[in-house]
Amino acid sequence: MSGLALFDKIWRAHVAADLGDGYALLHVDRHLLHDLGGGRAVMDIEEKGYRLRNPGLTFATPDHTISSAPGRAGTTATAGRLLDDLRRLAREHGVRLFDVGEPGQGIVHVIGPELGLSLPGALIVCGDSHTCTHGGMGALAFGIGSSEVTHVLATQCLVQRRPKRMRVRFEGARRAGVTPKDMILYLIGRIGAAGGTGHAVEYAGEAVRALDVEGRLTLCNLSIELGAKIGMVAPDDTTFDYLAGRKFAPGGALWERALAAWRRLPSDDDAVFDREERIDTAAIAPQVTWGTSPEQVIAAGERIPDPAAMTDPGKRRAAEAALDYMGLSPGAPIAGTRIDVVFIGSCTNSRLSDLRAAAAVARRGRVAPHVRAWVVPGSESVKRQAEAEGLDRIFRAAGFDWREPGCSMCVAANGETVAPGQRSVSTSNRNFVGRQGPGARTHLASPALAAASALAGAIADPGALGG
Amino acid sequence: MEKFTVLRAIAAPLLRENVDTDIIIRIDRLVGAGRRSELGRYAFEAWRFTADGGEDPGFVLNREPYRRAGILLALDNFACGSSREGAVWALQQRGLRAVLAPSFGDIFFNNCFQNGVLPVALPATTVLAIARQVEADPEHNQVTVDLLRQVVIAPDGAETGFAIDGLRRRKLIDGLDDIGLSLQHEAEIAAFQARDRAERPWLWAVEQR
Repeated sequence: MSGLALFDKIWRAHVAADLGDGYALLHVDRHLLHDLGGGRAVMDIEEKGYRLRNPGLTFATPDHTISSAPGRAGTTATAGRLLDDLRRLAREHGVRLFDVGEPGQGIVHVIGPELGLSLPGALIVCGDSHTCTHGGMGALAFGIGSSEVTHVLATQCLVQRRPKRMRVRFEGARRAGVTPKDMILYLIGRIGAAGGTGHAVEYAGEAVRALDVEGRLTLCNLSIELGAKIGMVAPDDTTFDYLAGRKFAPGGALWERALAAWRRLPSDDDAVFDREERIDTAAIAPQVTWGTSPEQVIAAGERIPDPAAMTDPGKRRAAEAALDYMGLSPGAPIAGTRIDVVFIGSCTNSRLSDLRAAAAVARRGRVAPHVRAWVVPGSESVKRQAEAEGLDRIFRAAGFDWREPGCSMCVAANGETVAPGQRSVSTSNRNFVGRQGPGARTHLASPALAAASALAGAIADPGALGG
Repeated sequence: MEKFTVLRAIAAPLLRENVDTDIIIRIDRLVGAGRRSELGRYAFEAWRFTADGGEDPGFVLNREPYRRAGILLALDNFACGSSREGAVWALQQRGLRAVLAPSFGDIFFNNCFQNGVLPVALPATTVLAIARQVEADPEHNQVTVDLLRQVVIAPDGAETGFAIDGLRRRKLIDGLDDIGLSLQHEAEIAAFQARDRAERPWLWAVEQR
């Protein structure tokens, strides 16, 4: 019999009941709620007369709809009501809430790892597709819909069909200036936005082992943009060193016991995958998207593709529509395209290492006068650490706005949008039509490329910016 | 939940790849949204309406008889992206009860089954062949999705079988609620939790903090 993959080991350990046909009733170890759906889910539970089965395993924080303006000015009445719902959830149902202004508040996918809630081998769900981020801790984590959120609140379990397994090996080492964001965008460009559909993806190989935990979270974050609702990296000493001493991580004897179990999680040498991909990491250059799907991506030094040269009719039509929406011409270099907005933030790229990388570029100049540039830290803790290091002063001195933590302009659910027809370089995860606001044109890229573009006033590779 | 057995309806060809859930329903239409019944008018709004707020006659769902479609024909990776269940509600409120496409976003696929909407995975060639027949006379060349027999019947009568697991099929046909079914496993859940607390106590220590 062949060995087990990381995915198999975690899946098996969570089967509360085998439902046949590949289905299982899976136990959920961590359920994260946010302001967009949390309150409504509880009302749903109350209406149907269910009770929260394990409120102690459920954690909530506002992130989607709260304002990122300094002092949270600009919070809408609706956002205030949603926040009140979360507070009632905490008060009346015993769910732990990390409220505005408290350490622990932030984007759900930033705070889970940061607080030590997201543990290796755990099964984590949240009503948000970027829950795959937590896979960077060696967890089995995925996004669910509203009905499933209600199901988890009532049963602490979820009915799921076992996905196929896929492994992506990033062989070799990254070139200087190439970030985890570039690695995952490159992969999506290679195998497509549906390349991982139906699969749980494990990222492996030398270049993945070399990543710090924050880089692994970024890598796993865009799994859903690959079509896979699950992405994961095997836990190792890098993971354990990151977790040790965090607020909700186990301590003392429990830590030792957990550690022994976590060391058995990585895929066995003879584990079998339904699909394998290999990426030559040294071939990756800084990436930037040109279209309205994350698979429409090129290196920052390349030219915008010509749909006429595409053989697949579906891809050609999609490229034509994307270029029309984006207001771009085929064959032109993407670098130098004039921009209006830069957004540094989101569950993809708003952690301390991301802000450090952006600040290292920002200190070399000033934001171009026609560009509105925002830095939105991923959490209250990230914000405080960044301020302790003086990163906020670097950003402000360069002309960036330094804002309060939340999802902000990534999803524009709080009214913070890119204006119609305006062009943004964003460190977020989706360049879909209207994602950052109706008519907004989004180019996805790393924090360093976004910061360099803010200074240049146009899409710019930080490596080409000069000292 | 609304039951799904056999649906014969006008089918609207939206032959694009990677249609994402952001385009199906904008997030700001879901923030603090009241009733689901209000969402239908927002479905695909970036494509349905022009900048001045008027309907774009070039968009398939704005044209007769496709405005009355009950089935959507799409290409690869339909409803990828965000987990928002509002995407299913918006389609449903437009009267769309089934989507035929080569593949679907994984989370959307699950969400459909919580709402009595049937996503059917068919080869791209089959979807395109059905679309060609429909376009010749969309009012009369209707498509049938028969969950009881697990076949899609093209306007010319050609049948294509589709796979669906027993659990999901049963739930749709009987209109069963997932939570009610899962609560029948309460004894197993309780046993799992008791065992897990002993075997993996580090995952449960958070209850004490």
